[in-house]
Amino acid sequence: MHHRYDVLVVGAGGAGLMAALYAAKGNVSVACISKLYPTRSHTGAAQGGIGAALGNVQEDHWEWHMFDTVKGGDYLTDQDAAEVFAKDIIDAVYELEHMGLPFSRTPDGKIAQRKFGGHTRDFGKAAVERSCYAKDRTGHMILQTLYQQNVKAGTTFYNEFHVTDLLIEDGRCRGVVAYELSTGELHTFHAKAVILAAGGYGRAFKITSNALTLTGDLMSIYYRKGLPLEDMEFYQFHPTGLAKLGILVTEGIRGEGGILRNDSGERFMERYAPTIKDLAPRDIVSRSIITEIREGRGVGRDKDAVNIDLTHLPREVIEGKLAEITDLARTYLGMDPVKDLVPIQPTAHYAMGGIPTDLNGLCLSDGNGGSVEGLYAAGEQACVSLHGANRLGTNSLGDLVVFGRRAGIYAAQYARQVEFADMPENPERESVDLFDRLRASNGKDNAASIRKELQESMMNNVGIFRNGPDMAKQVGIVQELKARYANVGVSDPSRRYNSELIEAMELGFMLDCAEAMTASALNRTESRGAHDREDFTTRDDENWLKHTMAYKDLNREGQVQIGYKPVSLKGFTRAFEPKPRVY
Amino acid sequence: MTQTHAPTSAAPVSASVPMIQLKVKVLRFDPEKDKKAHWTTYDVEAQASDRVLDVINHIKWYMEPSLTFRRSCMHGICGSDAMLINGRNRLACKTLVRDVAKSGGTITVEPIRGLKVEKDLLVDMEPFFDSYKAIMPYFINESPAPAAERIQSEEEAERMAHSSNCILCACCTTSCPIFWVNGSYLGPAAIVQAHRFIFDTRDEATQQRLGIMNQNTGVWRCRTAYNCTEACPRDIPITQLIEEVKRAVMYGQA
Ligand SMILES: Cc1cc2nc3c(=O)[nH]c(=O)nc-3n(C[C@H](O)[C@H](O)[C@H](O)COP(=O)(O)OP(=O)(O)OC[C@H]3O[C@@H](n4cnc5c(N)ncnc54)[C@H](O)[C@@H]3O)c2cc1C
Ligand code: FES
Repeated sequence: MHHRYDVLVVGAGGAGLMAALYAAKGNVSVACISKLYPTRSHTGAAQGGIGAALGNVQEDHWEWHMFDTVKGGDYLTDQDAAEVFAKDIIDAVYELEHMGLPFSRTPDGKIAQRKFGGHTRDFGKAAVERSCYAKDRTGHMILQTLYQQNVKAGTTFYNEFHVTDLLIEDGRCRGVVAYELSTGELHTFHAKAVILAAGGYGRAFKITSNALTLTGDLMSIYYRKGLPLEDMEFYQFHPTGLAKLGILVTEGIRGEGGILRNDSGERFMERYAPTIKDLAPRDIVSRSIITEIREGRGVGRDKDAVNIDLTHLPREVIEGKLAEITDLARTYLGMDPVKDLVPIQPTAHYAMGGIPTDLNGLCLSDGNGGSVEGLYAAGEQACVSLHGANRLGTNSLGDLVVFGRRAGIYAAQYARQVEFADMPENPERESVDLFDRLRASNGKDNAASIRKELQESMMNNVGIFRNGPDMAKQVGIVQELKARYANVGVSDPSRRYNSELIEAMELGFMLDCAEAMTASALNRTESRGAHDREDFTTRDDENWLKHTMAYKDLNREGQVQIGYKPVSLKGFTRAFEPKPRVY
Repeated sequence: MTQTHAPTSAAPVSASVPMIQLKVKVLRFDPEKDKKAHWTTYDVEAQASDRVLDVINHIKWYMEPSLTFRRSCMHGICGSDAMLINGRNRLACKTLVRDVAKSGGTITVEPIRGLKVEKDLLVDMEPFFDSYKAIMPYFINESPAPAAERIQSEEEAERMAHSSNCILCACCTTSCPIFWVNGSYLGPAAIVQAHRFIFDTRDEATQQRLGIMNQNTGVWRCRTAYNCTEACPRDIPITQLIEEVKRAVMYGQA
């Protein structure tokens, strides 16, 4: 079937829903395509909050937020993006409140705020309450509220449609192709502008906080066109996932006063970040935890976790402000944070890298200012270089609303100015080929076993601590898995609701993300933010203060070409010189 | 059909963790092949601490790739995987094996009731979302907003604590006997959503919402069976919220 809209949004998480709302305000026809029902998107899993310098609890300023974001990103953050962000997010949070978002409140009825890792007052002096929250289900409330507003605005949704291809010709995007799960039919969507907001790819790792559906689909589709993925080596491991399960325990627990302890009960963060201790940024806390474990001070049967201690907090705080994680610990571990220490371990969490964009969300085609006309991106799958080498907690939800909104506004503006470009001839061709290949192959290898090997090897070889030999080995492993994937067996022939086919397709997307990530990580011979190399232990601004752009080599399967893009070291009114990053 | 397979374990725990034997009986239906649904039993090994969803994933990944169901987050927040497990509506990802079966025992899994089964455990959610949309599930306040936030006290905010916690999984609505016999009843989930706005001190459409609740598809159909409250995976006291809405309709104010 064929459809036509001025603006098409792919993905219905926080970024996609915000983009759809704002595109619709721009007086153009809008539709949103999502492989999940919108309210199933993983934005709903975000717990801790959304950071904005409202100053409701303590004095705060956007300049401080900008500084923290740049420093948190280990100076790989583009400072113009950080400035736009730190200013815009204040308004955006008020706007969410005006949309009805049920924030928790301060005693005087304002939006409640709490401390979060890496967010400080006065350029690093002490932790500040900046995270605006709705209990510990802020993402759930953002997702619900934005979906509600889209229902109000009458946005057209195509739910359980999987985008399988982007139609780009002569440097301009003309639409997308999508597979309808309920019928097995391919649909073509013709559009003047397309906004990609399809989320991350955390399922490439064994221990992860990410949903089963976060498989990097649109990053891979973009990359398959020979277009670059930026800063893929920077992947965040959140320090506190429930042991063995990876289910996230919000950083808000440390914001509320939770303390990390090793096997002897020591508050070990005092040794690694003497000033802000447990509230150091995530990369630092994750490495500290792994160091404790490696040096034999872990807890649990396999000594591969440490404990988070809330027992000194009042029951009302634990069961009120931290109800969600209390429920998770009780449900999945049978433990009660009111009286038990809860074992946690770092969990794969967030992709700092992704599809490169400018400040308006326009997708970049190289590191020299080239772009893809009519194609925009926002959210975790995009890389506007806000998070640099390490994202601060609460800055992703902020990213979704600030840059989702901008992408919506600019995509609509563009769509108002141009006519529809012609669709390519036979637009479904590549998608038909993709499915034919998957359906025809009768290899013995099933998708689940290839996926499992991918997840385990990525965790071991491109995880929290990295080194050249392990990553080089991983390049080979991904190549080998890709070769096996070419033969992956799909045994279910049915047309309707063929989820086996979808899972096989998603595995292919994830393998691409893993390929780009591993190559980018191996190439960067320094340690910066979340990219920590045992063989190159220091940050090297002289050679590496630049963004990586990874391109798939379209002529040599499995090869990746690396280019670069300069870092914006100045904002519009403020600039922060790169300094050593100590907390 | 019976199959045996390697251990299920999403949680990769050390070898010392004991495995238990289970029979998993699934009500299957393939619209392209079957006239009616039929039971299929799978023999699996699992850990007591596995989620039922881990077990079902294992069956899909290694035994029966065509088995169809929805899932995403794996920890009870996205609302995808409501199923009838051992006769009760639950989220498969929030139900542990040890809560529903002992070693050698059987777990039965069926689609939730009252919505058309499309394939295996996957049902047509459109009527459910239609009821949701019918209650005007969005904040309405057309007065000019202040430059900063609208003020709301902590107590006022707390009144929405339960109703705003809903993840639209449909466990409640599809456990409601009134909904089974009369699909036009908006059902508990939609009423919970209405509650969220009716009791929001900032919302200005209370009267319209109470009007919708007062219609014959609305709140008076509820016979306080409590099935919904028992089914809710988020511990929302649904029956109590419905009673609060009934009172608001009666007094014409929240
Ligand atoms: C457990 C957890 C807790 C978090 N807590 C916080 C927090 O407290 N604060 C914070 O700032 N950040 C937090 N984060 C990070 C943040 O929540 C995510 O980065 C963010 O929500 C991603 O939003 P998104 O809109 O980009 O994508 P998502 O919400 O993941 O949505 C992706 C959308 O894309 C669609 N999609 C994907 N592929 C396709 C395809 N092929 N075709 C069609 N549609 C497709 C999906 O259906 C979905 O609608 C947390 C993350 C996790 C995992
Ligand atoms: S998979 Fe998300 S609620 Fe169960």
